[in-house]
Amino acid sequence: MQIYLPIAEMSLNVFLLLGLGGLVGFLSGMFGVGGGFLMTPLLIFIGVPPAVAVATQANHIVASSVSGVLAHWSRDNVDFKMGLVLLIGGLIGSTIGVILFSLLRSVGQIDLVIGLTYVLFLGLVGALMLFESVRALLRRRRRPGAPRKLHQHTWVHGLPLKMRFRKSRLYISALLPIGVGFIVGMLAAIMGTGGAFLMVPAMIYLLGMPTAIVIGTSLFQIIFVAANVTFLQAVENQTVDVVLALLLVIGGVIGAQIGGRTGARLPAEHLRILLALLVLVVCGRLAYEMTAPPGDLYSIATTEGGL
Amino acid sequence: MSSPGATPGSTLARLATAWLILIAVTAEARSQTLVADLSSHLIAITAGFTGTEVLLFGATEGEGEVIVVVRGPESEVTVRRKRRTLGIWVNRGSITFEGVPSFYAVASSRPLAEIVQPEVLSRQQIGVDNLQFQAPEGIRESRLKKYHDALIRNKQRAGLFSGEVGQVTFLGERLFRTEIYFPANVPTGSYLVEVLLVRDGEVVSAQTSPLIISKIGIGAEIFDFAHNRAALYGVLAIIGALMAGWSAHLVFRRV
Repeated sequence: MQIYLPIAEMSLNVFLLLGLGGLVGFLSGMFGVGGGFLMTPLLIFIGVPPAVAVATQANHIVASSVSGVLAHWSRDNVDFKMGLVLLIGGLIGSTIGVILFSLLRSVGQIDLVIGLTYVLFLGLVGALMLFESVRALLRRRRRPGAPRKLHQHTWVHGLPLKMRFRKSRLYISALLPIGVGFIVGMLAAIMGTGGAFLMVPAMIYLLGMPTAIVIGTSLFQIIFVAANVTFLQAVENQTVDVVLALLLVIGGVIGAQIGGRTGARLPAEHLRILLALLVLVVCGRLAYEMTAPPGDLYSIATTEGGL
Repeated sequence: MSSPGATPGSTLARLATAWLILIAVTAEARSQTLVADLSSHLIAITAGFTGTEVLLFGATEGEGEVIVVVRGPESEVTVRRKRRTLGIWVNRGSITFEGVPSFYAVASSRPLAEIVQPEVLSRQQIGVDNLQFQAPEGIRESRLKKYHDALIRNKQRAGLFSGEVGQVTFLGERLFRTEIYFPANVPTGSYLVEVLLVRDGEVVSAQTSPLIISKIGIGAEIFDFAHNRAALYGVLAIIGALMAGWSAHLVFRRV
């Protein structure tokens, strides 16, 4: 059954989209990540214009983070103060990201920049995660990022504007979470992801937050960053497709529940290795597309009229 | 018209009027040699739209071959060329063409080259190879041609320019018909369907029918809403997502 997507201006199979939402939801439920970094490339693979994929994905993330944060809130695993400070950086970063996005789109380089940021960050995060979890598996002992935390300790303490975050049991400069929020927000706007796969490692290794609090807090601030991106993309580029977003959300919430239950039965190290491999596969596929000779060196874009 | 007088200007005006009347009469006489219509003048793109065919039928007076040209609304198209830079393929260099039809298709009762002079094909822009777009001044001929060909190639790949000439079938001596296919990704707007009657290598009669392709129903409303009330659309999209996330939480908390 085909459905016409009014903003993407194309017809796609309803079950393909529900299935895609379900698959990504399943993986995100299983691994505890948002899944935006998988969804955006997958949407582009099935032919959705990258600009629409990125903007619509931001809208999808609002929905999935809300249901996620409510679950974490009921377990009291959200540091709202930390979330709000991250959010200050996040809102500024995502606004600049959307402006950059329209600028790059008008000069025809947005596909390249989306591709490059994906390859870079997926490669980085995937490789680190694989390295860490393989090492953890080999040693059968978990010491998540202890050496890195010590390394960052000195200049973290040198920064001004110190704040106390009771729930995270931290006394650190507000500039640090603002900076993390800023960078993740900007990337979120360009890549169309919630940025959890960057935010979560940054919060654990850079800010030194307790792991239990990290996911809920990251989800809490991602709601607002993704909402900001959705709004700005809708105003600046008119690329938010609500029909597409709705189908992805429906598939996603069902998939996430099944994924969450499946994930609970697998050992944590195995899960992380699987996730790392998945991230690296997506990264490899994108890298291949950028370096392989294109089928046609020329591409076209309707720049005016002809709506 | 100005009132008649003895000035040379008004004589000229009267001559011009007479000439216009002559043209009008000839046009009327010519149009009678060819009658054609479409099975539908409106294509509605609804939620389930997967492409459609429109039947064009008509009759000619006397001998001749029929050519049908379908043109979508014109737009500005930027063609970009990729070059390998540090191992990756990057868009470098672009040319923006104006007056590019968003859709173009041709059908003919016999191969074009057999029935019309090449000059006529070129002048009337019949056939994908004869399309002309406006490009900025001062671009090398060879470079321009590469970009021009690339534009057509990309449009053909998207199914928006017909690669082959479609078939106009004659039923007996005078009645003809052809089917025009519009793919799922057809751009919206006002189209022109031009029917040409060709005799002895020249176009002797022509008729133009309008065809509107527009989004209808909820899809159209969403598209218009997203473009005309962008801020409100963004806010509603966010509220919708918040509600969806909240209801998902409520539903699955109990399971």
